[in-house]
Amino acid sequence: MHLSREEEDILGGEHGVAAAKSMEILLAICKIFGAEKLIPVTSAQISGVSYKTVGDAGLEFLQSFAKDGRVRIPSYLNPCGMDLEEWKRMGFPKDFARKQLRIIQAYQKMGVESTCTCTPYLIGILPKKGEHIAWSESSAVIFANSALGARTNRESGMSALASAITGRTPYFGYHLDENRIAEVVFDVKVKLEDMSDFGALGIYAGGIAKQRVVAFEGMEDFTVDEVKALGAALAASGSVALFFIEGVTSEWRVVGKPERVEFGGRELKETKESLNSSKDAELIAIGCPHCSLEEIKEIAEKLRGKKLKRKLWVCTARKIKTKADKLGLTRIIEEAGGRVVSDTCMVVSPIEDMNFKRTAVNSGKAAHYLPSFCKQKVLFGSLKDILE
Amino acid sequence: MKIKGRAISRGKAEGEALVSTEAIGFLGEVDTKTGVVVNPKHPLFRKCMAGKILVFPRGRGSTVGSYALYQLKKNGKAPNAIVNEEAEVIVAVGAIISEIPMVDKLEKRGFKLIKNGSKVVVDGDKGIVEVMR
Repeated sequence: MHLSREEEDILGGEHGVAAAKSMEILLAICKIFGAEKLIPVTSAQISGVSYKTVGDAGLEFLQSFAKDGRVRIPSYLNPCGMDLEEWKRMGFPKDFARKQLRIIQAYQKMGVESTCTCTPYLIGILPKKGEHIAWSESSAVIFANSALGARTNRESGMSALASAITGRTPYFGYHLDENRIAEVVFDVKVKLEDMSDFGALGIYAGGIAKQRVVAFEGMEDFTVDEVKALGAALAASGSVALFFIEGVTSEWRVVGKPERVEFGGRELKETKESLNSSKDAELIAIGCPHCSLEEIKEIAEKLRGKKLKRKLWVCTARKIKTKADKLGLTRIIEEAGGRVVSDTCMVVSPIEDMNFKRTAVNSGKAAHYLPSFCKQKVLFGSLKDILE
Repeated sequence: MKIKGRAISRGKAEGEALVSTEAIGFLGEVDTKTGVVVNPKHPLFRKCMAGKILVFPRGRGSTVGSYALYQLKKNGKAPNAIVNEEAEVIVAVGAIISEIPMVDKLEKRGFKLIKNGSKVVVDGDKGIVEVMR
């Protein structure tokens, strides 16, 4: 393996302990996956932020790494386990909050921006086609690869942090053209009406595709938010990192004779049924991945002048919430009895310790993870269904 | 007997081999306070890995397992070194951040030559495992 002079210096400890360890991590990954070199990346997006997922072990590690670890490239955080401004009023456990804040401080000390969102691409972080990045949130990875045409592997929180500190990533996998080829094609034979339908398609297709690249034919008429929902579900039920949509995505590589699968009305209905385990809910949670401003507008429109019988969380990036505040959307949602929640979401916050047992969602990804991550029964349906 | 392998995590350590025929998931299968394997279905159930040369095929389970290995080390219950049949990222990263020497891919089926209780020296700089007896 060839290392540049600078890479040798980092490995040798000239840039500090954390940088040397980061380089060692990236070189181990090179060995494991047969990468022959490291390449520069322009940004890192780091998961492993919620105290709920990383625990005391993660907290201790991050604090020690933050002693001399400093990022070299723009680096952003995935959602953490609570709203960093409203956690007290929302009833987050105190001990949890204390440790969560320490994790955020450790990342801040390293120079990582506390964006705390899974949708950096909705707050202006938009890598260009062909740009190499190191992102770790699976829904952001698949969106960046597929919708933006940028190039990233599915990094772990740790490997993305190592890339943030060294500015490099191992050159293999989705950084190479030869691995950006669809191996399974889904022929969509049913009209997808809303976000929950796109999520259901993602859950179904991800289960079949596993880690393979996916192509979709027959899809028409959809929004960016629906593509976001599709990708997130694909990356949750499978470990898909890249998909193509005929006539839409900038890349479309289908060669030879890939496996072909039909997705019709029956598959849609059965998938939606399989994600449902409850007829009612204490909490309605929207924003997995985090809501765009357009989604918040739609929710506010539906809630104008109404009173909700259940708690409602609309999860989004803080930057988007600020916009929603200015447009009066937050006020409409709050007047209906809901909340616009930032920095976190229903999956990485400890909702199971906050007296929620049943949650209503329109996200395929959330419906997939809530039973295991948060011990929830799930009501899965369209935005209209779950708000009523 | 010296066996050539691949260096994954730097450093040198020795100890008695604790050999597992099965993969290990450090998050959930190991108690990080005691270093004892707590999964009743695991061949190393109730065995303590502290101070041993932990020899196992590969890691499995959650990526947070890297941090669990780090916590074992902080608690003084980590293995002295790790030998894998073939490394994967979770254990490799865990070993590196915890400064536990690690070697994998031993030549000539060398992995199978390490027996439970053998005295072993692991050189994570050169990628060499020495089995003393």
